Amino acid sequence: MTHNAVSSAPSGATAHEAIGVAGLRKTFGRTTALDGLDLHVETGEVHGFLGPNGSGKSTTIRVLLGLLRADGGDVRLLDGDPWRQAATLHRRLAYVPGDVNLWPNLSGGEVIDLLGRLRGGLDKRRRAELIERFELDPTKKGRTYSKGNRQKVALVAGLASDVELLILDEPTSGLDPLMEAAFQETIREVRGEGRTVLLSSHILAEVEALCDRVSIIRAGRTVETGTLDDLRHLTRTSISAELAGHPNGLATLPHVHDLRVDGNTVRFDVDTDSLDEALRRLTDIGVRSLTSTPPTLEELFLRHYTDELPATEAERAETAGREEKTRTAP
Amino acid sequence: MTANVTHVPATHEKPSRTAGALAGTGHLVRLALRRDRIVLPVWALVIAFLAASGASAFEALYPNPAERAGLTASVAANPSFAIMFGPAYDLETAGGFTAWRFGTIAALLTSLIAAFTVTRHTRQEEDTGRQELLSSAVVGRYAPLTAGVTTAGLFSLTTGALLAAMVTGVGADATGSVAFGAAVALCGLVFTGVAAVTAQLAEYSRTANTLAGSTFGVLFLLRAAGDTSDAEWLSWLSPVGWVHRVRAFAENEWWVLALPAATTLGLCAAAYALLPRRDVGMSLIPGRPGRATAGAGLRTSLALSWRLHRGALIGWIVGFGVMGMLFGTLASGVGDIVGDSAEMKRMLQQMGGARGIEDAFLSSITGMVAMIGSMYAVQATLRMRYEETALRVEPLLTTGVGRLRWLGGHLLFVLAGTAAVLAVCGALLGLGYGLSSGDVGGEWPRVFGATLAQLPAMWVVAGAAVLLFGLVPRATVAAWALAAAFVLISMFGPILELPQAVLNVSPFAHVPQLPHAEFSATPLLWLTATAAALVAMGVTALRRRDIG
Repeated sequence: MTHNAVSSAPSGATAHEAIGVAGLRKTFGRTTALDGLDLHVETGEVHGFLGPNGSGKSTTIRVLLGLLRADGGDVRLLDGDPWRQAATLHRRLAYVPGDVNLWPNLSGGEVIDLLGRLRGGLDKRRRAELIERFELDPTKKGRTYSKGNRQKVALVAGLASDVELLILDEPTSGLDPLMEAAFQETIREVRGEGRTVLLSSHILAEVEALCDRVSIIRAGRTVETGTLDDLRHLTRTSISAELAGHPNGLATLPHVHDLRVDGNTVRFDVDTDSLDEALRRLTDIGVRSLTSTPPTLEELFLRHYTDELPATEAERAETAGREEKTRTAP
Repeated sequence: MTANVTHVPATHEKPSRTAGALAGTGHLVRLALRRDRIVLPVWALVIAFLAASGASAFEALYPNPAERAGLTASVAANPSFAIMFGPAYDLETAGGFTAWRFGTIAALLTSLIAAFTVTRHTRQEEDTGRQELLSSAVVGRYAPLTAGVTTAGLFSLTTGALLAAMVTGVGADATGSVAFGAAVALCGLVFTGVAAVTAQLAEYSRTANTLAGSTFGVLFLLRAAGDTSDAEWLSWLSPVGWVHRVRAFAENEWWVLALPAATTLGLCAAAYALLPRRDVGMSLIPGRPGRATAGAGLRTSLALSWRLHRGALIGWIVGFGVMGMLFGTLASGVGDIVGDSAEMKRMLQQMGGARGIEDAFLSSITGMVAMIGSMYAVQATLRMRYEETALRVEPLLTTGVGRLRWLGGHLLFVLAGTAAVLAVCGALLGLGYGLSSGDVGGEWPRVFGATLAQLPAMWVVAGAAVLLFGLVPRATVAAWALAAAFVLISMFGPILELPQAVLNVSPFAHVPQLPHAEFSATPLLWLTATAAALVAMGVTALRRRDIG
């Protein structure tokens, strides 16, 4: 008997949660892919799932889909156990993978219908609408589709099903900007219908435009989770100011980073929560001109993706060195 | 506008046309040899070792001239040998015996490995999209094909050389060994050429390999039909037949080697002529647009399995049907082609007369059919792993389809498909034999039943493949090696005097030799139970493991 680490008794999820993951662990041989990951997706929300490549997003999704067996932690999906009740739960969800491979001897239209039927039926009107919206030719066969078009086949198959939960793993990685817009429009409609979406993505504009809440993971652990507004408070605003007098005492302020002083001109970054205090200090000295660059999520993500990572820095330096060598090689 | 015109490269030296078209071939050959650095040398050694071990066993098995004369007589008296192994020209020497007994299997293995190697480095590279990556570098139009053909050619020649060296090493005549090695190597070269052509014709690497493999099958049948009937000229049409017609260790007919050499050149020329007529990744046989919506039938995982398996299954059924009809028709005449010397009459008497010979012939046919047919079972099982690694299982398993149902849809084609292939072959074998012997009602049930008796052994091979797929998915391909090992043990184990414990490993060793021998149900029940246990363990393992 193999042990069943994913116990169903003390649930990680509450009633209004579509997905509840607590302390999820998964190892492949000696590699630890997930190391105590938490993820909570409420019913009816669009939840962004972010993290650098190899941080464990797809592994988490594959555990949620019952394709991988968890080594530890609690996993609840639509109030069920995704490993034991896979087929039953799957009728209530649709999954769009990031790498779509189609059967070479089946047309795109056949794949869409087959996957829909296996899920328990699909909405014909919606199917036609989506094919039109994504400008997809359903008569082409498997390999004659480009990457973007294979992606569209999977998107139409997933989005045309009448399901409660959509799990999308980098669903727009091959799409052009027009199709990206069509995708965002569709997801807004889906949310309007009260369905839940888990969206793994690297496209920050997409995340900002669509997601109610996001979770950021790194090296198999959740490092940040909350609404975008919550996260914005964690970002830093860049200030550049020409002052009436010499900028004294700014360096002693907490939450001020990367201070550079050039005569009466200062540049620094400040944690958005402490912006008020910093500005008060500046106006005390007297402000002649001031530029403030609003916080972007991108900076936050970059910080989360790269912070506390001396090893990664070292790796990057090494890679750069290798590239240098390759380039200079005859 | 004038300020930033596009960069115009300085005068390039104009590369000559052929050099450009072949640019990068050397790099690609090195890449191919690097990728195949283990599999190709291992196969070359296995093939050479197999032949050498046969040659060294000969002295022990037939130590004196009297026993060798007895062997010559019994081989001449039993045409079922000619089907599997081809004609024997010299059974007085270890070399001649080896060329007869191991010529076909050495040629088969060399040819298939060479063909698969060509496909792997040409069509499969296009399938996976890696070709585009390479072609965007400085790689000429003909470079990938040239590299694939060169690699497979090097493999064939190395195998031939190694085989000649090892057979000489165990004491066979050196000149004969060279002729034998050359005959095997040139057969490999012919199928290098065949695969170079099929890689242009087929749209996918699997299709290209199937076409090349089927070509070998057809040419083998042509050879077998020629060698067991009056129409010996049929054998002369087959490259598989040329391997024997070199008459290595007997007369050493060197000129025969010119036939495969010329055929290879012709096939390669055809492949090079076909290549520029198609685009990278496309085939000469153009794909047609499909349906915009799925037909009413395509609504279950089983229906999808049918779509995925039907091409291969129909191909096997047709091939095995033809084979059954052909050998059934030949079987009723095999008693006649035995000569009428006194010695022959005595041998004939020993084997139970003409009828005994025909039964022996039929039972060796059913044995051969089972061994080749079990390859279908392996191929169909591997299809599941192929679907898994191509990431095509996930979209299915994330719908309402559970693992068991998905697996069931494929297992049906593995187990029932194998039965269908065998049943069609047996039905036509019986029909062919019944028609030509004039007693369909009497003969058909005997022959059909004898063929079906092979099914449990084939299911054991299938079960082993399913278990591998469930338990160690990364090693599923080892099912081919396992099936090949069973076949080799059954075909060559007795002649190599392997211990009984080893012979018993092969499921085919336990099947009663019907209709020649007595029927016994016990081994068949055991084999069926073993197959069921293997499949059950594989299914259980698959339900517990990670997918992908």
